[in-house]
Amino acid sequence: MIDVTARYFAVFRERAGCGSEQVATDAATAGELFSEVAARHGFLDAQARCKVAVNGELVGWDAKLRDADEILFFPPVAGG
Amino acid sequence: MQFEISNETIDPARLKAALLAERAGACVCFEGWVRNHNDGEAVTALEYESHAPTAVKEGQAILAEALQRFEIVTADCVHRVGKLDIGDCAVWVGVSAEHRGAAFEACRYIIDETKQRVPIWKKEHYTSGVSGWVNCATPAVASGQSR
Repeated sequence: MIDVTARYFAVFRERAGCGSEQVATDAATAGELFSEVAARHGFLDAQARCKVAVNGELVGWDAKLRDADEILFFPPVAGG
Repeated sequence: MQFEISNETIDPARLKAALLAERAGACVCFEGWVRNHNDGEAVTALEYESHAPTAVKEGQAILAEALQRFEIVTADCVHRVGKLDIGDCAVWVGVSAEHRGAAFEACRYIIDETKQRVPIWKKEHYTSGVSGWVNCATPAVASGQSR
């Protein structure tokens, strides 16, 4: 089990009711953690349309997680 | 080349001046404005949110790609965050090049990639009082309610 910080933006922040939280998890990858928090908070967007950054770098969903990582969950973007 | 996330009013004249170069014979600028409707809904205002450090990193990567793909001199992009009103400039892209073809193509590339890749989110406020995040899934409307 590792302790990480999950941060939420836009619609994810609103659905989670917070901008960030500490999560104790068995998730091995960013994708596994997404599934976990998405189920808990009722995120509705498909993972394939979302993005994730670990410690400030955009990464793939298979990125491995380590203790104390900061994971940013980005819902589908809509700039312009 | 600079990609910027800003919470201040965009000033196209000032931004364009930074593109000047003696070998440039063309300048193409794009402004994205807040319009009063989207998908059949009357829009009253917009809010943009971003994660600026990641957005700037991804935006700089897009500008670097444009410089590599097209024969341009330089390019900049500024995207607003915060609350915007109808008619406000939400995003500005400027490109200078020796010739117009590359300037048009690079400008198009930068705005298209920015919309698809940069972590920026748009919340629309409608005259109906409802608001929604563009491109994001919304909960099914409870039975008996209608929009």
